[in-house]
Amino acid sequence: MSSFVYVTYIRTTPAKLWEALTTPQFTRQFWFGIAQETTWQVGAEWKLVGSEGKIYDTGEVLECDPPRRYVVKWRNEFKPELKEEGYSRCVMELAPEGDTVKLTVTHTIDRENSQFLKAVSGGWPKVLSGLKSLLETGKALPEIHGK
Amino acid sequence: MDMDAVFKALADPTRRQLLDRLFARNGQTLGALCAETKMSRQAVTKHLVLLEEANLVATQRRGREKLHFINPVPIHEIAERWIGKFERGRLDALANLKQKLEREDK
Repeated sequence: MSSFVYVTYIRTTPAKLWEALTTPQFTRQFWFGIAQETTWQVGAEWKLVGSEGKIYDTGEVLECDPPRRYVVKWRNEFKPELKEEGYSRCVMELAPEGDTVKLTVTHTIDRENSQFLKAVSGGWPKVLSGLKSLLETGKALPEIHGK
Repeated sequence: MDMDAVFKALADPTRRQLLDRLFARNGQTLGALCAETKMSRQAVTKHLVLLEEANLVATQRRGREKLHFINPVPIHEIAERWIGKFERGRLDALANLKQKLEREDK
């Protein structure tokens, strides 16, 4: 099994953080233009969609308990070698701590040395910094140029 | 997030080594982390507590085991603070060059 656990503390409320994570217009501001598309009902289809409509990943909502926790089944759709690894599981947990909310992202896949998890793990710290910046200052991080 | 705690935690070579080992193999128990070192269990525990307080290590219970994971988010925030948006590409190029040249040396 391969896992990543990422934690960030954000000066906000669980309700606002939940809204940021689950509302596409909000999510696109800190997630490189990507948003989660789903009804958030348990068993509902879940998609990670780019602003131009490209579907990056698909899956299913396994648990949803606003504003505390959601779990999605998550598989890559656009790279055959990553799609072939099958479904991963992503758990998002929001817990108030003082004047902040502790956000824990746990991403797990049932195989060793997962290329999918390696690919996803690089993106999370950037997404989480962008989210933190947006909620605390009202501004997303500037787009990164020069690559 | 308290950046002082992050820098203090990173200032110690033993703690950096613990992070290196979690980077190489994520999600280890205290026992596994102690097995490869000459340090006492208490010493390793003390270092892990400091790393967790600085949010550089996250822990999770899986059944009876407590697993330790490296959390790179605070390190990313340090980079965001001082690395401008236009410098990123050039810094990546320099880092790649250094890595490539130093590998060829060996």
